[in-house]
Amino acid sequence: MYDLIVFLPLFGFLIAGIFGPWIGARGAEYVTCGFLGVCFVLSWIAFFQVAGGAEAHVPVANWFTSGKLAVAWALRIDTLTAVMLVVVSTVSFLVHVYSIGYMADDPSIPRFFAYLSLFTFAMLMLVTADNLVQLFFGWEGVGLMSYLLIGFWYERPSANAAAIKAFVVNRVGDFGFALGIFLTFQLTGSVTYDQVFAAAPGLAGKTVHFVGVDWDAPTLACLLLFMGAMGKSAQFLLHTWLPDAMEGPTPVSALIHAATMVTAGVFMVARLSPLFEMSSTALSVVLIVGATTAFFAATVGLVQNDIKRVIAYSTCSQLGYMFVGLGVGGYSLGMFHLFTHAFFKGLLFLCAGSVITAMHHEQDMRAMGGLRREMPFTFWTMMIGSLALTGVGIPFTSIGFAGFVSKDPIIEAAFASHRFGATYAFWCVDIAAALTAFYSWRLMFMTFFGHRGDWAGSLPPKAHDDHGHDDHAHYDDHAVHESPPVMLIPLAGLALGAVIAGVVFRYWFIGGGFEEFWRNSLSVGPGNHILEEMEHVPALVSLSPTLMMLGGLLVAIYMYLVDRTMPKRLAELFPALYRFLLNKWYFDELYDAVFVRPAFAIGRLFWRGGDVAIIDGFGPDGVSARVLDVTRSAVRLQSGYIYQYAFAMLLGVAALATWYLFGGAR
Amino acid sequence: MDLSSYLTLAAIVFTIGVAGIILNHKNIIIILMSVELILLSVNINLIAFSTFQGDLTGQAFALFVLTVAAAEAAIGLAILVAYYRNRGSIAVEDINSLKG
Amino acid sequence: MRAEAVFFWIFATILVGSALAVILARNPVHSVLFLILAFVNAAGLFLLLGAEFLAMILVVVYVGAVAVLFLFIVMLLDVDFARMKQGFVEYLLPGILIAVSVALELIYVEWGWAASPNAADPTTPSGTISNTAALGEVLYTRYFYFFQAAGMILLTAMIGAIVLTLQHKAGVKRQDVGAQVARNPETAVELRKVPSRAGV
Repeated sequence: MYDLIVFLPLFGFLIAGIFGPWIGARGAEYVTCGFLGVCFVLSWIAFFQVAGGAEAHVPVANWFTSGKLAVAWALRIDTLTAVMLVVVSTVSFLVHVYSIGYMADDPSIPRFFAYLSLFTFAMLMLVTADNLVQLFFGWEGVGLMSYLLIGFWYERPSANAAAIKAFVVNRVGDFGFALGIFLTFQLTGSVTYDQVFAAAPGLAGKTVHFVGVDWDAPTLACLLLFMGAMGKSAQFLLHTWLPDAMEGPTPVSALIHAATMVTAGVFMVARLSPLFEMSSTALSVVLIVGATTAFFAATVGLVQNDIKRVIAYSTCSQLGYMFVGLGVGGYSLGMFHLFTHAFFKGLLFLCAGSVITAMHHEQDMRAMGGLRREMPFTFWTMMIGSLALTGVGIPFTSIGFAGFVSKDPIIEAAFASHRFGATYAFWCVDIAAALTAFYSWRLMFMTFFGHRGDWAGSLPPKAHDDHGHDDHAHYDDHAVHESPPVMLIPLAGLALGAVIAGVVFRYWFIGGGFEEFWRNSLSVGPGNHILEEMEHVPALVSLSPTLMMLGGLLVAIYMYLVDRTMPKRLAELFPALYRFLLNKWYFDELYDAVFVRPAFAIGRLFWRGGDVAIIDGFGPDGVSARVLDVTRSAVRLQSGYIYQYAFAMLLGVAALATWYLFGGAR
Repeated sequence: MDLSSYLTLAAIVFTIGVAGIILNHKNIIIILMSVELILLSVNINLIAFSTFQGDLTGQAFALFVLTVAAAEAAIGLAILVAYYRNRGSIAVEDINSLKG
Repeated sequence: MRAEAVFFWIFATILVGSALAVILARNPVHSVLFLILAFVNAAGLFLLLGAEFLAMILVVVYVGAVAVLFLFIVMLLDVDFARMKQGFVEYLLPGILIAVSVALELIYVEWGWAASPNAADPTTPSGTISNTAALGEVLYTRYFYFFQAAGMILLTAMIGAIVLTLQHKAGVKRQDVGAQVARNPETAVELRKVPSRAGV
């Protein structure tokens, strides 16, 4: 069964990819969605089986053996894997179905579905990996698919640039990740999880000499591995690719950049929990980075005007939350938020896609308004998603929308933790909760409330077609109607998850059923009692997220429903701050100046100075030029005048005689 | 006189012949005459060696050199005449059809 | 001994001088005449060396035939003397340089040579036969093939010279032996019945 779950999407890719032209768009859709449907059902069955105690280890094939390094293809199915299987297959299946409607006008449908299925396969390989190298295979695979899918509409230069940016920034993280794998192998002699985890406690106190400094071995390994997570999960400093990744079609954003690929980093840290438990420094780093990301991304999301970008920054922020959960030692906290986030963030993206399709591929929120009357279903499902995201629920209980149930414990745990950086993290995530509410409701109010054209005054003049895939996108009143059922059913599915996933699964993920559910898949060190400690925080702390959320909601109501001139006036009052946030804290410009330009300069130097001037100059071009020079001189010897030939002959004789006399053949 | 004198003499005449070719490169007839001088110097050399070695081979060879020189002078001049008839002059600057 | 040295120096000096005059003279006719002088002096040198046959051959063939041929050509062709001397100065330095270096090398090579002790003394006649007879004895026996080859060369040169310069003038009657031999009565003779006293 596990083989089927993992490899069915691969077959879907092969069939749709190779036979696409023959089976056509419909054929590709049926095949891939059908396979994913089977995968989805089997994943839930597997989830309940594993939760009930049936773990599995399925060897598939031997990959390579080199000296001490033995790497095999094997599927490791424990609770952590099962959780991820469910997340990946559910969201992927719903996105496949949704794409039937969303991509209906696209000329390359089989290719799209093939890519989606291949991505799913790579992600499943990642989560079912039994060793670090197989994990890395899946890691790189999803990175590749992200590149291909972001740049799906490859005739657009902005899409190509975004795809490259995603890949390159991921690469930076992957470099650290690879170093981490190497170090782990060197320290423990193996890359297989079982052996690494067994050897992990023995690493305590060992040091490693690296770039001239003595590091604590587990800390260094974890930091390097976390670098990979930072890249993949778009954490602070390696986040720049995520907003640009919105160039891809919306189903891609929903699947990859909300539910699955970006959560691979979270999964990886959770999977390597035995290793991370050995280094509290690394966990503090995770904590601080996550908290900073949560806060930073939320601030940027406050002022964005592209609907997908707001949701993208929201994703970035929520990923920070997950890492905060991991950083305080609550691996299951992070995983639980990952689980619920997949539902409501995927839902938000798909709803945004529905809106974008209805608005004829217009993505700027300032062109929208009053859509709730024209698209009620989308409106209500997006409302559910926003309620889940902002964390609406009854404080002091576990009753609420999914985000409430998974996010608030993280905030409480951040308060309760004694780890270095926990207090900072608490304030970051607490304030971010307010910001989250604000931008979520801002999005809702701008898009669905009021009337079309309410915000059109601040629209830039329509100079060129940047966001619209369709040439007809412009700001007037086209007929806006609800999306077709094939797009709405996945919304319903995810909305259901967004409502009940928190309540239903809380007990097992982070409550009393923790031991029984997770068993050995998440390691909890001896001093790690965070799940209990977070139950005993002061009442105000438990209340604060809800208070923050209400505060954000009220401010949003005031600024976007009551007094619609406020946003503009506020922006004019604090122009520098507004621009700072709008331009994403100028990170792109900073990276451009520090990394991109020097890289291009070095490249140009090596190209013109090295390749063209030196290698070509001394090589082919140089040789051919010298040959031409020589022939030009030789041509002058053939003047046609006999007397010059005679002269040359005489010269030759004289030279020969001289040479013979004073050296030469004796 | 001893051998070296004859050989030195031959060397000098040879040199004069060579110089004649170089200096008079525009005058074909003088070039041909310089070649005759060179051949003459070779003949002197051969006969001097023949006498001082007591071997008649040198003289026989000199005879053949003489023969060939005469034949060559005849052909060279015939070519010159044919060329003159075609071109109307023997200006050396114009003889550059072999230019490559 | 003294006489021989004196004559050697006379002949050698005039030879060198006339050689120089050949290449330096402005008038090509003068050059040819100086060439003749050089040849004659060389013949004298040959006589001193005891090769009288070759000396006479030099005079007969070289002076009598080749130099006269040169003279004929010089008179035949319309030469522009002034233009002929152009380029003289331009190549003066390299020419002298190369010539002098060649000369010095040659002299350097044979300066110390001396005849071996058991070589024949040039002044004593070699045996009782004359040089011509001796040469004949060698030429028709040991060097017979070369002799024949020399003959072939001369034949080739003769044919070559004729081929190059022969011009068929129009209107000159000449024999075509092939046509003559191929004549037959059918084409050559025409029989006409002529009545008496009528004429053709």
